[in-house]
Amino acid sequence: MIRLTWRQFQASAVGLFGALAVLVALLGATGAGLADEYDTGLTACTTAGGDCQVFIENFADDHSATFLGVMAAMLLLPALIGLFWGAPLIARELESGTLRLVWNQSITRGRWFAVKLTLTGLATVVAAGALAWVVNWWSTPVDKSMAKDFARMDPLMFGTRGIVVVGYAAFAFALGVVVGMLARKTLAAMAITLAVFVGLQIAMPILVRPHLAPAISTTVAVTEDNAADTQLSNGTTLLISARPADKGAWILADYTVDPSGKRVESITLPASATQPGGACAPGKGRGSCLELVADMGYRQVLEYQPSGRYWGFQWGETGIYLGLALGLAGFCSWWVRRRLS
Amino acid sequence: MTAVLRARALGKQYRRRWALQNCNLNIPAGRVVGLVGPNGAGKSTLLNLASGMLTPTAGTIEVCGGRPAADAGQLTKVGFVAQDAPVYTGLSVADHLAFGRRLNPAWNDDIARDRITALGLDPKQKAGKLSGGQRAQLALTLGIAKQPELLILDEPVAALDPLARREFMQNLMESVAEQEMSVILSSHLVSDVERTCDYLVVLVDSRVQVAGNMDDLLATHYRLIGPRRDLDTLPAELHVISASHTDKQSTLLVRTEAPVHDPSWTVSSLTLEDLVLAYMHESANTAVRPKLEVLR
Repeated sequence: MIRLTWRQFQASAVGLFGALAVLVALLGATGAGLADEYDTGLTACTTAGGDCQVFIENFADDHSATFLGVMAAMLLLPALIGLFWGAPLIARELESGTLRLVWNQSITRGRWFAVKLTLTGLATVVAAGALAWVVNWWSTPVDKSMAKDFARMDPLMFGTRGIVVVGYAAFAFALGVVVGMLARKTLAAMAITLAVFVGLQIAMPILVRPHLAPAISTTVAVTEDNAADTQLSNGTTLLISARPADKGAWILADYTVDPSGKRVESITLPASATQPGGACAPGKGRGSCLELVADMGYRQVLEYQPSGRYWGFQWGETGIYLGLALGLAGFCSWWVRRRLS
Repeated sequence: MTAVLRARALGKQYRRRWALQNCNLNIPAGRVVGLVGPNGAGKSTLLNLASGMLTPTAGTIEVCGGRPAADAGQLTKVGFVAQDAPVYTGLSVADHLAFGRRLNPAWNDDIARDRITALGLDPKQKAGKLSGGQRAQLALTLGIAKQPELLILDEPVAALDPLARREFMQNLMESVAEQEMSVILSSHLVSDVERTCDYLVVLVDSRVQVAGNMDDLLATHYRLIGPRRDLDTLPAELHVISASHTDKQSTLLVRTEAPVHDPSWTVSSLTLEDLVLAYMHESANTAVRPKLEVLR
């Protein structure tokens, strides 16, 4: 059964593992040089006594294309596994009728399914694990240079680093298998698998991940240090956003409240503030303006998941996806033994 | 006599429709059984129930003394060549024999290789490139080399041309003779089973119409032609299966254990085809009739 499973899996395994090997080789060849370039660059600008910001921004610019490419690969891999390894696993046998051939050898359906699922499932975990491991290593310096735009806990970064991709891949695979079994058509199963998986990947950071642990909520006076963005429009309307000291945090909410604690969209400044000589006059710098706003009693409410929770969240989310994958596999095994025909 | 297949009140329902209903069968071991009936009569359903591909909605079925596909031991006893002879198109002929060898404890590799050689198949050929006849032969080879007690074939020759059809049947009969296995094969053509089978089951409209030894069936069914008369006046031991009348003449197909002595009838024997068609015709005319079983 192992040999038969392999012969059936061979083509799609070689395809995906081949593409993966090319990617891993590429990252492996450039990774060490990249880390070196970053370290020496930092040392050079530090010894020169200058500001390293210029170097970091240049470094980020130079490698943004590969950075995004790697991100795309990490997002794509689980979906590809679900589509090309999961969906056809049973659907293709149903479609071609070969289920009736293999089920009439001296091997029970349960065993047949267990072997197929285990072998392809293991390949899934190996593929996702290998890619995740290489990408985590390769991207360390680039991620540092990108930290300003891509916080560590930011959904896009969170989902494409660490270990979650292993959970995503295992889940996508199991989802593909179940959908294929129920849809009985490979092509339809692929489409449904993709739609459901993408939907879930979008829903996860919106509906579930923010609540894995109670978010930290603080109410602060906005100062030059914690202000992210200030925007003055119509002469007297000020919009403010802030960020916590934890630069890797995932900000869930960021809004202004007036002295009574009521949420407001913007702050209306007294006319005198924007006249020449006023605290918010053009060319005055935003420090004095923020001070005025704080004195008026306006505060900023920040809700966020701190970067210290990164690995807790990584394990938690991986656990959720692996649990879902196991649940689907269990259902599938039951269905194969009792209901499928 | 041990039964190779025993069905009691067996039924299978798909959504609203019954594909097989109240099926009682007792097929003795060591026979070559022809299961005939029109398309959609429930032949495939019955055979898929017997191989354990489907589970019954009602009643029970036992094959070789056990529930179909209950465990690996039971699977070893029964071989099944499904309709359209499915094979893995991406795998070679040799690959098929290899997995047959690995997955079946009673596998006879000599038989498998001899058959492939005799058929002139190239072991390296992909199964997807085989002709319909060759594919059916490959599927049959897998079934035979497994050496089951019972080999079930669902419409094995339906897709073949007349020459391949005859070749396939001959081939099958040679293997059966060598291996002493029971065979059940289905077809919607009587001619397919006429030459090869010694036991007949007629299935029409999801019900078993008649089942029995081919010779017994032929020896107890007659065509009677005589002056027109009312069916009520016939002796009780004559079971009329079909009747047609002209102004002056009546033609009856009857089943009877006793010889027909009434001199007003011209008595002739039936061909198998006549017999089967009569039962199909009967079923089409009358809604529900108690099924008839001939067991001697």
